[in-house]
Amino acid sequence: MNNIDSYLFISSMLFCLGLFGVITRRNAIAVLMGVELILNAANINFIAFSKFNGMNLDGHIFGLLVIVLAAAEAAVALAIIINIYNNMNTINVDEAAELKR
Amino acid sequence: MTNFQSLEFFVPELILVITILAALITDLFLKKSKTDLIGWVLCIGLVIVGLSVLNLSSVPATTLFSDAIVIDPFSSFMKIVIIISTLLVIAASWANKELENYRKGEYFTIMGIMVLGLFLMTSSVDIIMLYVSIEVVSIMSFILAAYLKLDTRSNEAGLKYVIYGAFSSGVMLFGLSIVYGLTGSTSYFDIQESIFSMDSSANPALIMALLMIFAGFGYKISSVPFHFWTPDVYEGSPTTITAYLSVAPKAAGFAMIIRFFHQIFSDSIALAGTAIGSTDLPWPEIIGVLAVVTMTMGNLVAIQQNSIKRMLAYSSIAHAGYMMLALPVLSMEAIESIMIYLFVYVFMNLGAFFIVITVKNKTGGETFDDYQGLGWKMPVVGSLMTLFMLSLTGLPPTAGFVGKLYIFKTLVGAGSDFLWLVVAGGINSVISLYYYFHVVKVMFLGGERSDTLSYPPSLMFGLIVFTAIPSLLLGLYWNPLASWVKDSLVFYTQTM
Repeated sequence: MNNIDSYLFISSMLFCLGLFGVITRRNAIAVLMGVELILNAANINFIAFSKFNGMNLDGHIFGLLVIVLAAAEAAVALAIIINIYNNMNTINVDEAAELKR
Repeated sequence: MTNFQSLEFFVPELILVITILAALITDLFLKKSKTDLIGWVLCIGLVIVGLSVLNLSSVPATTLFSDAIVIDPFSSFMKIVIIISTLLVIAASWANKELENYRKGEYFTIMGIMVLGLFLMTSSVDIIMLYVSIEVVSIMSFILAAYLKLDTRSNEAGLKYVIYGAFSSGVMLFGLSIVYGLTGSTSYFDIQESIFSMDSSANPALIMALLMIFAGFGYKISSVPFHFWTPDVYEGSPTTITAYLSVAPKAAGFAMIIRFFHQIFSDSIALAGTAIGSTDLPWPEIIGVLAVVTMTMGNLVAIQQNSIKRMLAYSSIAHAGYMMLALPVLSMEAIESIMIYLFVYVFMNLGAFFIVITVKNKTGGETFDDYQGLGWKMPVVGSLMTLFMLSLTGLPPTAGFVGKLYIFKTLVGAGSDFLWLVVAGGINSVISLYYYFHVVKVMFLGGERSDTLSYPPSLMFGLIVFTAIPSLLLGLYWNPLASWVKDSLVFYTQTM
């Protein structure tokens, strides 16, 4: 794997899988997993560009910050989902549809 | 400027951080019924922050923390707008009965953190800072939208917000990573330089990446096609938070978009004042189409709503569209018109939401049925709601008219390429007249007249009057605002 193309290929695959997951899954936790895949795809991009293009360390820093923010976001999202489960007894995003469409 | 030297110009944010910590610690010592006090802590902190922002607004524009953020009059203006809207919303939160059964300590603290994020959004010139500040604001708004833990509507609003928000910021991040790969830097200035020296073979990748980045921007200002979260989140959230989400993040989002396009897509010629697209990319067309679709969609769907809160949600989408009209022409006048529009929009929209809060406190409902005959039962509320509706429509002599006037004036002055935007904007204003006046009609012509008049409690009354005065006065005499905006039109830019 000494070639940037293979990294970019993996990251695009991950991005598409994440997109697919977000669009098709109806379970809130599975949707969140899709979002995490998208974030990780971007992270692979950052690190790969940083390594192969002889760039500065900005990409690495960005990657670290994204990991931190993804963790914070997941914490908040899980708290909201637990709360939904307590009140409505479901975590299916389609069933939580009390607000008018 | 190095990190240590920068601290001197970072005082507003530092004071804000101290305020947030003070609010967090004070909350530990208070009983549930006394948590309104945290709002006071935050208010006092924000007033000091505002004074120090004003104090710094006259220093020459410069970058701080090794080109991470800038301080310039434009960011100071936006910070003042954000502080005004936050102060008004904090005051309304004291009176909001939806929050009665909850501790308000965290509520106010989280609002403070959100202000910090909004400040950074208005001034970031580095894509790392851009992403971090967007995420700070987003995560805090997820919590606030879902704040009513026992109310399933608020839970649902939080869930929908978190899913759309996380998704669009993820897409935006992927776009940012491609821009980083293409240009080799995270700083706006370096990105601009490499984009202009790139040959056209990189264009497809660049367009792709920028469309992805626009997903994040569009989600923040709720522009079509990233608006799907807006109606549900606005309807389910506590009304004070709905009011806040409809003004402050929108203002910061526009500041961010303006800075992004203004710095990255303009060479030194464009900075003097032509359209954005000095590269080969068809940006004016893309954004123009999005603006027209956004306002048309917002206005057409707003007509069909039965809940006033939801109608105002769609109307806020439409207003994002009006402001976006000026984005394709990214001249100084266009930026000036967006800033004026944002400033008047803060007052008229917050005023309308404050009336929704007052009526909900009184009757417990927010549909058109609850507004039947309101103009006769609560004359002050009814007549001022009429004023806000007039202003949101953009009829003279209200402030909304001045906002629209400046936007359309810019478009007409920019040449025949942009005339279709004026036509679309005019048609949309007429459409919006229908549903704004539906509210007025229901209030004054519907229902039965009653002999007992009632007035809102003094705090809400004061807030409504406070937002009504600029909504009317700025329509009659807007010179001070226009000259303040003109003075604030200084950006920190680097030309190649």
